[in-house]
Amino acid sequence: MSAKAYSVIGTRPIRHDGADKVTGRALYGADFTAAGLLHGAIVRSPHAHARIKSIDTTRALAFPGVKAVVTSADFPETAERMVDLGEGDTPLSYARGNVLAIDKVLYRGHAVAAVAAASPHVAEEAAALIDVVYERLPCVLTAPEAMLESAPQLHDGKSNLASQFQHVLGDAAKGFAEADVVVEREFNTATVHQGYIEPHNATALWNNDGRVHVWCSTQGSFVVRDCTALILDIPVSRVKVTPMEIGGGFGGKIPVYLEPVAALLSKKSGRPVKIVMTRKDCFEATGPTPGSFMRVKIGATKDGRITAAQAYLAFEAGAYPGAMVGPAGMTVFAPYDIPNAVVDGFDVVVNKPSTAAYRAPGAPNAAFATESVIDELAQKLGIDPIEFRLKNAAKEGTRRVDGPKFRRIGCVEVLEAMKNHPHYSAPLGGPNRGRGVAVGFWFNVGLQSSATLNVNADGTVNLVEGSTDIGGTRTSIAMQAAEVLGIPVADVNPSVADTDSVGFTAVTGGSRTTFATGWAAYEAAQDVVRQMKQRAAKLWEVEAAAVSFDSGVFTSGGRKLTFKELADQLPATGGPVVGSATVNPRGVGGSFAGNIVDVEVDPETGKTTILRFTAVQDVGKAIHPSYVEGQMQGGSVQGIGWALNEEYFMGADGTMMNSSFLDYRMPTALDLPMIDTCIVEVANPGHPFGVRGVGEANIVPPTPAIANAIERATGVRMTRLPMSPPTVMEALWSAGN
Amino acid sequence: MPAQTHVTATINGEPVQFLCEPRQSLLECLRDILGMTGTKEGCNDGNCGSCTIVFDGRIVTSCLVLGVEARGKEISTIEGIARGNRLHPLQQAFLENAALQCGICTPGFIVAAKALLDQEPEPDEERIRFWLANNLCRCTGYDKIVRAVEQAAAVCKQEAAR
Ligand code: FES
Ligand code: FES
Repeated sequence: MSAKAYSVIGTRPIRHDGADKVTGRALYGADFTAAGLLHGAIVRSPHAHARIKSIDTTRALAFPGVKAVVTSADFPETAERMVDLGEGDTPLSYARGNVLAIDKVLYRGHAVAAVAAASPHVAEEAAALIDVVYERLPCVLTAPEAMLESAPQLHDGKSNLASQFQHVLGDAAKGFAEADVVVEREFNTATVHQGYIEPHNATALWNNDGRVHVWCSTQGSFVVRDCTALILDIPVSRVKVTPMEIGGGFGGKIPVYLEPVAALLSKKSGRPVKIVMTRKDCFEATGPTPGSFMRVKIGATKDGRITAAQAYLAFEAGAYPGAMVGPAGMTVFAPYDIPNAVVDGFDVVVNKPSTAAYRAPGAPNAAFATESVIDELAQKLGIDPIEFRLKNAAKEGTRRVDGPKFRRIGCVEVLEAMKNHPHYSAPLGGPNRGRGVAVGFWFNVGLQSSATLNVNADGTVNLVEGSTDIGGTRTSIAMQAAEVLGIPVADVNPSVADTDSVGFTAVTGGSRTTFATGWAAYEAAQDVVRQMKQRAAKLWEVEAAAVSFDSGVFTSGGRKLTFKELADQLPATGGPVVGSATVNPRGVGGSFAGNIVDVEVDPETGKTTILRFTAVQDVGKAIHPSYVEGQMQGGSVQGIGWALNEEYFMGADGTMMNSSFLDYRMPTALDLPMIDTCIVEVANPGHPFGVRGVGEANIVPPTPAIANAIERATGVRMTRLPMSPPTVMEALWSAGN
Repeated sequence: MPAQTHVTATINGEPVQFLCEPRQSLLECLRDILGMTGTKEGCNDGNCGSCTIVFDGRIVTSCLVLGVEARGKEISTIEGIARGNRLHPLQQAFLENAALQCGICTPGFIVAAKALLDQEPEPDEERIRFWLANNLCRCTGYDKIVRAVEQAAAVCKQEAAR
């Protein structure tokens, strides 16, 4: 455990952007406005699968107030090539096609054309006047169906099975032969949405000098810059993205949807154009997380040693390849030391919106399957479920089925914390109640980040960084600079800069922001210290090496200057000090999370109530414990929603039947108890402060923990998500209760 | 373009006039006409609570009210919660409890919670959860929001006793 004494790290300061955000002053993407602003509206496909025969924009263009109309024909003519949009290579036509459909529509809600007009209402009216003639085609909505020979093909001449992989470790057949007990089950999970409260938005100005300026809510301003440039075939240097405040993303605000369209409309109209999605658009036409079909088989000996495991993972990519089945394959058995394993993964296109990342993408699906089977095995073996997991827990040196060996990880520590938590031994106190446990893993990512520190004459520091702040990261990053500089965090003034004003910084995602951009701030602060030592050396007429720095004070011999005192001397000793750093860290530390959950299942209605919920997570080092707890609580509750209610109800024609917050039922305050948190700190040796990253692993264990609790309450094992009242009732009936 | 209607109302204690189309929601009028973008839009169909305001003493989702209905009404929004340059105890408690992550839901929660505390100074946890059930937050899991409201209630009570 991390025992080092820090003065800033581990404290709970008020966030720097707090006053703006509690007074309504913070400007989010939809709050942006500009002189001469036009409003855009998107024409969306009413069909899940159809060929576009023709698009006639005449009536729309003639409508009073309309300034421009665009379709995919307005993309520049560019030869097909592979492009990297930040999540691996994809054909340019796919990247463009998801923004404005080319020849075919592949899901209901697929963007087909767009209008810019004087007001949002006029744009909406005009959009209805664009005449699109479709030739409807049969649609296919699930991975197993889409993989059939007879399935309708989404991309002409290409199989719906976009890609597949196999990971092999040891000899699974031999391992299963050694097992005394084997459990095998099939699982289905529905498509779910990130459910960020702020709809996607973008404003673009294609200026008269050919430069494009975009203002939007995004998880990654540089991703928006690069993708917009690629899609529009212009150099990145001609695109500037100013990130506005962002109202939640969870992975869903990494892809671009509106930015290139707003830019094209601006190019045609000569005016800035703003487009804001409706909630229905967010559900129908952004990237939810894949629905999945999985089969998991695990064998163990009588004394509780896992001998072999096998997983079959078929994920729905939606309209374009890229279901997060890769990460599912990396995480499916990660909590365990398993000598023999096989994992088969399938990335399958279906007529649903193109999926995107959602908090630990792929891992919650996989964990639902694995952790349910693990639980059943423990039951069959008569071993306590935490003990069984501890017996087989992954440790430093354990090889994962997808290849890498774990470095220092906290799987055992998380399980121990669960075992010792008072919740685990508390009485359940009533009928129809059950307690479930589960663990989950997310590997976290590093990626590039940049930070600059400008020292002010009053001893404060302005921090410029490129990570859009979705959950208090300005502060968790500033805290790392303050710790190095030995100054209060209130004296570090962070700002999130536009893409012209800060070095490249990858997305706020992958639990990387506090880890990697925090590291950049740490290094930038070291750079400041180095330069300030030179200034002190100059003043004192000594070698820089003779100056030491500790807790905000420079000393040499008997002389001493505080950071603030020396800052005041900068003009006289050579001018301003600007520290900067860029990182692309390799020392990423994966995070394990575990849940203990008590439920009560109403035998009359099948409704599951969460009575008590404890979230445990190894975070490496909690920079700002309140926001760490917040991540754990938020991820847990998203997991609870996924477990109990959330799903895309798809009609046979591919229409989402519940595309509103009324019908897509996310947890409310009334549905929940307090979410207890237990922070475990197994320092990540790969980060100067031991940070691992906390954003994602917490959403992995809730669905199986709740399934396991329902099993304890009812004796029925749920194999389908969500475990909504009708699904539970059906399971109870078929089990004869 | 449809003819515009002249509306006078009181917003955060100040008389306000604006012109709006009959089809524009009060949320649009606040944000797009009056530039009061503190009130947020999450769904535009009454289901997220981001656009919560107080309308003649009742909390409403302003996306479901027409701008023209504001004529002669008393309206309060997030912009009117702070007491001059001092934050309201609810705003302070939200900050101290880290009750916001992305913050997009925060104005709606603070307006709704203030309406609760104005009429019920000592709500228990269940009551707070019930009252805030129309406000969706996707980031926090509500735990810290509920605690912030509890803390603010205690502070308001102390202030009232002074
Ligand atoms: S925007 Fe009004 S309730 Fe969601
Ligand atoms: S803080 Fe993001 S929705 Fe509540």
